[in-house]
Amino acid sequence: MFKNLLNRFLQAVLVLFVLFTATFFLVKALPGGPFQSEKAIPQHIRARMEEQYGLKKSLPEQYVIMLKNFITGNPGVSTRLEGREVTEVVAQAFPVSLQLGLVAMFVAVTIGIPAGCLAAAKKNSLIDTGSMTVAMIGICLPSFVTGPLLAEYFGRNLHWFPAMGWSTVNPSTWILPAITLGLAYAAYISRLTRAGMLDTLSQDFVRTARAKGVPGLQIVFRHCLRGGLIPAVAYLGPAFAGIISGSVVIETVFQIPGLGRHFIKAIESRDAGMIMAPVLLFGSLVIAANFVTDLLTLWLNPRLRKSS
Amino acid sequence: MFRPIAVLTLSSLLLASCQRETQVERANREKILLVGNGDDPKALDPHLVTGVIEHNVIRAVLEGLVADDPEKDTGYPPGAATSWEHNADFTEWTFHLRPGATWSDGAPLTAHDFEFSYHRNLHPDLAAPYAEMLYFIKNAEAFNKGEIKDFKEVGVAVPDDYTLKLTLREPVSYLPGVTRHYSWFPVPKHVVLQFGKMTDRFTKWTEPGNMVSNGPFVLKEWKLNNRLEVTRNPRYWDAANVKLNGIRFIPIENFYSETRAYLAGQIHTGYQVPPDLVDKLKAERPAELHQEPYVGSQFVRLNTTKPGLDNPKVRMALSLALDRKALCDAILKGYQPADSLTPQMGDYKPDPVVGFDPERARKLLAEAGFPEGRGFPRYSLLIRSSGARTTAEALQAMWKQHLGVLIDIQAKDFGSYISAQQSLNFDMAAAGWVGDYLDPSTFLLMWTEGNGNNNTGWSSKTFEGLLNDAAHQADPAQRLDKFKQAELLLMNEQPIIPFAWQARNYLQRPEVGGWHPLLLDNHPWKAVSIDTP
Repeated sequence: MFKNLLNRFLQAVLVLFVLFTATFFLVKALPGGPFQSEKAIPQHIRARMEEQYGLKKSLPEQYVIMLKNFITGNPGVSTRLEGREVTEVVAQAFPVSLQLGLVAMFVAVTIGIPAGCLAAAKKNSLIDTGSMTVAMIGICLPSFVTGPLLAEYFGRNLHWFPAMGWSTVNPSTWILPAITLGLAYAAYISRLTRAGMLDTLSQDFVRTARAKGVPGLQIVFRHCLRGGLIPAVAYLGPAFAGIISGSVVIETVFQIPGLGRHFIKAIESRDAGMIMAPVLLFGSLVIAANFVTDLLTLWLNPRLRKSS
Repeated sequence: MFRPIAVLTLSSLLLASCQRETQVERANREKILLVGNGDDPKALDPHLVTGVIEHNVIRAVLEGLVADDPEKDTGYPPGAATSWEHNADFTEWTFHLRPGATWSDGAPLTAHDFEFSYHRNLHPDLAAPYAEMLYFIKNAEAFNKGEIKDFKEVGVAVPDDYTLKLTLREPVSYLPGVTRHYSWFPVPKHVVLQFGKMTDRFTKWTEPGNMVSNGPFVLKEWKLNNRLEVTRNPRYWDAANVKLNGIRFIPIENFYSETRAYLAGQIHTGYQVPPDLVDKLKAERPAELHQEPYVGSQFVRLNTTKPGLDNPKVRMALSLALDRKALCDAILKGYQPADSLTPQMGDYKPDPVVGFDPERARKLLAEAGFPEGRGFPRYSLLIRSSGARTTAEALQAMWKQHLGVLIDIQAKDFGSYISAQQSLNFDMAAAGWVGDYLDPSTFLLMWTEGNGNNNTGWSSKTFEGLLNDAAHQADPAQRLDKFKQAELLLMNEQPIIPFAWQARNYLQRPEVGGWHPLLLDNHPWKAVSIDTP
C-alpha cells in the first residue's frame, strides 16, 4: 500500500513538472509580451519594466527562477495586475471556484444519481425515456446557453435570484450558476448511473432476490446501488476537476470572481506567473481527484480491491 | 435520496422570497451608486495604469489641480488648485493650491505632493507607462529617458507650500484640460514613502486601509473581479456638495450580463450596451438608454509597406468604398460616420475628406492597376478575437461589393493582435483610438515616425513639420489651423481609413442625477446624485 502511494506521489510530481515545463515554454513562445497595450508603452519604459519583472534574463534563467519560485511557494508577482502577488490573487479567487464547484457537484450528484436509479428501475417506461431525454438535452446544451437562459428567466424576469454576482455568504447568488454548471454533469451522471444499475440489475443475485419476493425499490437501493454506482463514481473524479477548472463561461455569464477569469485574462496578457499558478493548481486537482476516485472505486468493488 | 432535493428546493424558495428588494432599491436607500465598470482596474496607483477602467475609479478617490465640469467639456472648475494663471505664450503656468486642504488622513495637501508626484511619475526607475503625458513640462522627457539626472532641471517649481509653477517645453494653451488626466494627479508623498521608496513599483500603498486620497471618496473595499467600493471622504474640501455616500464599481466584462444585471435591478448605470440590443432597448426604455458622443475614432490601420497598400490611390479607393452611414445605422449603433480621423472637439473641426464614393473608388483602383479589382492581392483584415467581427464582415462585404476585391478576416487574441501590428506583420487591422484630452494633438501626434502607436509604416516630413509648427504656435486659432492642415495631409494619404466616431451606448436609471453628456465621459462623481422621493 505504502509503495503504491509513493509510486502515485512520484508520478504526480513528474506530471506536474512536465506540465510546468511545457506550459512555461508554450507561454514564452506566444507572440507579444506582458506589456502589450492598445496605447503602446514607449520603448525605454518598456525596457525598464521588463528589467523590473526579470524578463530581460535569458529564457533558461527565467525558467529556473520561476521553477524555484514555485517550488518555494512564492510564484512572484502578476504583470497584468501591476505587481500584485500571484498567491494573493489565487487565495482570493480559488475558494470561490472551489465553492462554486462543490455546490455544482452537489447539484449534479443529487439530480444525476436518483434520476439514473429511477430510470434503471423503471426501464423502458415513460420515466426512463423522459429522464434520459432530459439528460441528453442537458448534455447537448452548452452552459453558455443554459446560463443566460436561467439568468434571464429566474434573474431578470422573476427576480428570484440575482442575475449576476457572487457572495460567499449569500446562497441566493450560488443557485443559478451552480445549477447551470451542475446540469450538464448531472446528465452524464444519470446516464452512467442508469447503465451501471442496469448492468447490476441483470446479475443473477438480483433475479434470486426478485424470486424471493424482495420489493423492487429495495433491490435497487439496498442491493444494487453500490455496484451500480461504480461507473458514475469513476467519472466523479475527472468531473470534479473539470467542474472547478472549467467554469470560465459560468464565471463570465454570472460575474463570479473565480480563478477561471484570471486565467483567461492572464493568457491574453501573457502574464506567465498568473498562467502557471492555475495550471499547476488545476493539474494537482485532476491528479488528486483521480486518486480519490480510484480509492472510491476500490471501496465499491471488492474484486478490484483483491486484484490490486 | 430525495431529501437533499427537497431541502434544496425549499431553501431556494425561502431564499427567493428574500429577493423582494432589488440591489438598486437598497442602494437607493443607502445612497450608493452601483456602476458597471467593464472590468477590474489593474491597479489604483495613478502612475502605473493606462486605462479608462482605472481612470473611472481613480478620479473618485484622487483629484487633480483642475476638476471636471459635470455639464461642459470645456468647463474647468477648481480642484486641488483654486486658481491658475499663465504667461503670454502659455509656456509658464502657476497654480495656486487650496490652503487648508488635506489628505483623507488629515495630513496637509501641499504643492510638494504634486512635485513629488511628477518626480515619481517621470523617474526612469519607476517606469511609469503614462509618463509621456507629462512631457509637456520642460525637460520632463529628458529626465524620464535618463538623459538628465537632476529633477531640479525639470520645469516644476514650488515657491511655497501652496504654489506650483510649471514651465513647459512649448506653448500649451489647453494645459488645465490636460491636468484632469490621472497621470497628473497627486499621490500622498507621506504614504507612498511609508510603504517603500519613491520608485518602488510593488508596494501596498493603494490597498484598502492603506490608501490615502484627496478626492471626494476614499477606497473602502476591493475584492478582485467582484467589486470595488469607495465611500465618502469627510476631509474632502467640497465634502458638503458630495451627494453620494459611496460608489460600488462592479467589473462586468460581458455586456450582455451587464445589460441583464441592469434590467434585473442590480446596477444603476452600465459601461456598454451590446450593439444588437440597442434598438430593442431604445424602443422599450427610451429614457434609460443613453447614446452620447465620445472622443474616439474607429479606423482600419493599413500596412503601407506592403506592395499594393504602399500606393495612396489603393488606400483611398479602399476608404471611398465604405458606406459609413450604412455601417453606423446597421451595426455601430449610435456611432457617427467619420469623414476624417479626429472627432470634432471644441473649436477644432477637421475638413471632411473621406466619404462613400464607390465610383471614384473604382476609378482610383483602376488607376492603381487593379481595374474591377482584378489582380488585387488577397489581403487580410486583422481583428481581435473578442472584437467586433460583424463590423469586419461588413467592411469585407463593402470592399467586395464596390471594388470587387476579396479581403480575408484574421482573428487573433489580444496579445497576438497587438504584437502583429507593432511588428508590421499584418496587411490591414481594425483598430480604434480614444483621446486622453480634448485637443487634436491626442489623435495626430501618434502618426509621426517612430511613434509606438503609428504601426502603419507611413510617415511624412511635411506632416511632422506642420505638427511641429502647431506645437510652437502660441495663438490657439493658428495652432488649430496647422493641425487642420496636418490632418488634411494625413487623410489624403490614408495610411488609416477612419470609418466611425465613437459613441457611448449605456443604460442608466432615471434616479441618477447630475450626469450629463461629456465627450471625455469623465463625469465628476461628486456631482452625481441618486434622486429618489
